[in-house]
Order: sequence, then structure tokens, then C-alpha cells
Amino acid sequence: MILEVKNVTKVFGGLTAVNDVSFDLEEGQILGLIGPNGAGKTTLFNCINGIYPLTKGSVIFRGQQLNGLPTYKVADLGLARTHQIVRPLNELTVRENVMVGACFGRKNMGLGQATEVADEVLAFVGLDKRAGLLANSLNVAQKKRLEMARALAAQPYLLLLDEVLAGLNPTEVTGMVDTIRKIREQGITIIMIEHIMHAVMNVSDRVIVLNYGTLIAEGTPAEVQGNQEVIEAYLGDPDLAERLLEEERG
Amino acid sequence: MSAQNNSGLQPPNTSAAPAPSRFRSGMMGRLLTPGLVVILVAIIAAMIYGATGGAARREAWYTVLLFVGLASSLNILLGYTGYVSFGHIVFFGFGGYIGFFAIYQLGWNLLPASLLGGAAAALLALGLGLAILRLRGAYFALATIGINEAMKALVINIPALGGPNGMVLNFGIYASYGGAAQAQWTVYWATAVLTLMVVLTSYIVKKSKFGLGLMAIREDEDAAEVMGVVAPRAKTWAYVISALFPGILGVLFFFKASNIEPAAAFNLNRSIELLVMVMLGGQGTVLGPILGAGGYQLLRTTLLTSDLALFGLKIKDIQLAVAGLLLLIIVLFIPVGFIGWLRSRSTRLRRWLE
Ligand SMILES: Nc1ncnc2c1ncn2[C@@H]1O[C@H](COP(=O)(O)OP(=O)(O)O)[C@@H](O)[C@H]1O
Ligand SMILES: [Mg+2]
Repeated sequence: MILEVKNVTKVFGGLTAVNDVSFDLEEGQILGLIGPNGAGKTTLFNCINGIYPLTKGSVIFRGQQLNGLPTYKVADLGLARTHQIVRPLNELTVRENVMVGACFGRKNMGLGQATEVADEVLAFVGLDKRAGLLANSLNVAQKKRLEMARALAAQPYLLLLDEVLAGLNPTEVTGMVDTIRKIREQGITIIMIEHIMHAVMNVSDRVIVLNYGTLIAEGTPAEVQGNQEVIEAYLGDPDLAERLLEEERG
Repeated sequence: MSAQNNSGLQPPNTSAAPAPSRFRSGMMGRLLTPGLVVILVAIIAAMIYGATGGAARREAWYTVLLFVGLASSLNILLGYTGYVSFGHIVFFGFGGYIGFFAIYQLGWNLLPASLLGGAAAALLALGLGLAILRLRGAYFALATIGINEAMKALVINIPALGGPNGMVLNFGIYASYGGAAQAQWTVYWATAVLTLMVVLTSYIVKKSKFGLGLMAIREDEDAAEVMGVVAPRAKTWAYVISALFPGILGVLFFFKASNIEPAAAFNLNRSIELLVMVMLGGQGTVLGPILGAGGYQLLRTTLLTSDLALFGLKIKDIQLAVAGLLLLIIVLFIPVGFIGWLRSRSTRLRRWLE
């Protein structure tokens, strides 16, 4: 197991954002993490990579306890992530953004090697033509790619993707899904939070579903898609329920 | 598994040679840029010009070089790391006091005393860094003011450091430096060389992996940490480096002045003027603080020596009024400063303006 999440609970004031969630992740897999808005998906990521201290439970990554480690330590161990709300280093160039990932991630590369890796990764996500521009000149879709490029440049064992498909048009979604598959082919394990059902169902080996912080279903995409509780959970989110139903129809 | 032996993420078409990049030629190639030439020429020209016109010109250019050094050191914290310090002068004052004490009470020579002053300032920054660099934004800025004022109050209450009156060197001490006139020249050249070292340090930091980490912190500290930048350590080192040089420059300054007192050593106005200099020239660039400090200091000298009056009133400390006005104009209209503005205007100029 590359990652073991055991009874993770996160309470904000009176709100239990993540409630006693446990799951294991095998190396080389893509795990889809779905659930309605506010279900606690991003919070779960924040618990895994050390942004929030856990209220209860533990996270074990490649045999090592992550509890209480600062985020930079977690990055050093080979866990990289993207942010749902993009966080580009605005006044640095696109290439420099990616070099930060390469220089300070698992491999701790020097500047020379980091430059080469940055250029490779930028070509891989299709941002090579913008390498010299400031990051704040990118549009949102490009910034999502930049998030991904930075995480990849760290050459992590485990990659957490938080809604990298949101806000992309259908062509861009197809391109990104393709990219995600290629990343897995590199041997990188992935957890992806996603709202776009067909994409998540297509690409994931397994899917887990959060609702109000609780894990309500776990299984193959087909199993989860037929789960009554999951459909009901999404009915609380009319927009998503509609999309889900539409996808089932067509 | 395979991720472990992964030699590097390859783009789909691995057969193509990697695109050439401006960083490829190794460390020396990375450091030797047209921008470095401009920086070196600027400092060395100022250094020589100041030394070739007699004592009056030397005095004017001594302060220019001194402030270029101080502003460039502040820039490592302010410009690269994004931490606004209103109390940077505390390192100048504290280092100055320690070094002066060594000369005055312990009979040390200027050289070891200067190094002691630098070390003391760096150590102070190390201790402070662990305590206050956890603060962000305005809280950090306020803490730096507090530290400067606290240090002034502390020194006033230490009799060994001369209390509120400070310490005055016996003029005879200059005899061992070839006389007072020669001592002035010695301090001038020492300051000039030190300023050159500050600027080179600033340049090397900017071009280094360490500097990349600092700039990542400046842009988004939390995101930088998520990418693995060990922000507490990087910030502390930035603070220590930015404190070292003011400590040495302080010893030289007060040795030259032959006296030191709390109000002069921990002068908050100077701190604010340093901020203006960095922001005027362009924070985060190497050349910016050089031009900012040079320009501001020359303007200041002009204002101080001219009989400028407004509506018949002679304004006391007019340079501070000008500093305030300049800061306002910069913040409102060119927040990136002069060099930052030039760099944003032209990609061709960028190679020359680091
Ligand atoms: N830092 C925080 N402080 C307080 N409440 C938070 C915080 N972060 C998230 N929450 C709350 O936790 C719940 C889960 O949020 P989130 O994890 O962002 O959901 P999702 O990513 O599944 O849409 C929401 O109700 C949200 O308001
Ligand atoms: Mg979310």
C-alpha cells in the first residue's frame, strides 16, 4: 500500500468536515474521489498532505506516519498535489514555477537539472510555448495545467489532483484525461477529485464517495455508479444529480 | 515500483532533443550575464568617481555607497522574500554598537571589530528570525519596529555602552590608522568593497536555488511549502544574510564618525528611507536598490545643502517629507519600482537589468 488513510476526522469548530474516513491505496492505481460540493474532499486532501492537523486518525504514506509533519516534509517524501483554487507564483515565469516543484520536491534537483525537467514537463502538459511568460498572464485552464506541471516536476510517488478538469471545455477535458493516463503510465499513483463523472469513471481504477464528510461508497466505477446511496447523495446537489442522470441515460 | 527508478518524466515524443534553455550552461553560465556587467560597472564607477574628487566628493559618495549597501541588503528580505521590515536599521545600529565597543573598550583593531559587528548582527537576526519570521504581513512589519525601539531602549540602559550618551572615540585612536585623514579613506574603500560584496551576494542569491525558494515564498508562502520549500529555514537564512552586511557597515560608519549614540544608531527614519530606496529602484531586482539608493541619497544631499523654502517657511527634515511623497507616488503608480517598470516594458532590456 502506498497510502493508508485510517479513521481520519477533521472538525472545524462545530463542523465535522471529514468524518472517520478510512481507505487504502495500492501503488500504480488511479483513485477517483467524488462527492457533492462541500462533502469534504478538498479537506481530506489538506489532511493528507499536512495543511491541516488531523482531529483524529492517521495517514501512512509508504510506511511512514505523516501526522504532524509540515507540508514541505510531506512534499520531500514524494507526495505532490494541485490546488482546486489555483495558486500560481504570479511574478515568476511559468518555467520558474515548475522549477520550484523540481528543485524542492522529492528529488531536490539543482537548478540545471530542474530547468531541463521543467521544460520536459511543460511540453508534456502543453505549456512549453509559454515557459518564459509570467504565470499571472495565463488563463485559468493554463493555470490548472501549471498546477499539474509543478506537481509532476517533483517526480512524486503519489499525486493528488483537486478538480483539474473543472472549468475546462470538452476538448481540454479530453486532453487532460489523456495526460492523466500518461502520468499513471509513468508509475505515479494518483488520487483525483473530480466532478465530471464520465471522466472520473473512465480513468479511475477505483472510486470512493464522500457525503457530508462520511465515506458512503467504495468500489469500481461500475459498482459506485449503481449505488443507490450515491445517487441519493447527489440528489442533494441538483446540478450534479442532473449531470449524473444525464450520463446514465446517454 | 517503477516510480522509484523513474529517471524523469518524458514528453510523449522522447526522440526529440530537449529544447535549449538559458540555464543549460551550468552555474558559471547562469551567473555571467549582461546584467551582471551593468551592476559591476555601476558600483565600480561610483566607487572610483567618489574617490577622485577630494574629501567633499568622497563624503557624498561614501553615503551613496553606504546606502546602496544597506538598501541592497534589505532587498534580500524585502524584495526576494517579500517580508517588509521597517526596522532593518537595527542591524546597522546593533552591529555598530558591538564593534564600536570592541574598539573603544577592548582596544580591538577596526578589521576584527567590523567582523564582530557583522557576526553580532547576523546572530541577532538568527534569534529574531526564529521568533518573528512566523508572523506574516503587517504583523512582521510591526514587530520589526518594536525590535528597533526595544533595542534602543535596551542600549540606553546599559552603562557599559555609554547609556543615553553613547561612546566617543579619543581622536588619538586614528594615529594607528595613519592619521584621521587616512582613516577616512580607509573607511571609504572598505565600505565601497563591502557594498560591492553585498550587491554580488544579492545577485548570486537571486540566481540560486535558494533565491528561487525565497521568491516562491514571496509569491505564496503556503503554496511554496506544499512544493517542498522549507520556508522557516529559507526565511531565517535570508534574514541572517540581510543582517550581516549592515552590521559591518555600521561599525565602519561609527568608527568614521568617532562616536555612537542610541538615537543615531537606531534611527527609524533611516529605516523608512531604506524602504523608499528599495521600492523606488525596484524591489526584487539587483539593480533597483542600487539606483534607488543612489538617486535618493543624491537628492537628499541636494535638499539638505540647498536653502529650499516653501511659502517662505524653511522646512525641517524636508528630505523626510520628500521620502514620504516618493513612497506614496511609487506605491500608487509604479509599485514595481523604476527597474521593475523598465523590465516590464521591454524583454530586450531585461537581459541587461537584473
Ligand atoms: N478552513 C476551514 N475552516 C472552516 N470550515 C472549512 C474549512 N475548510 C473547509 N471547511 C468546510 O468544510 C466543508 C468541506 O469543504 P471542502 O473540503 O472544501 O468540500 P469539497 O472539496 O468536497 O467541495 C465545507 O462545509 C466547508 O465550508
Ligand atoms: Mg473542493
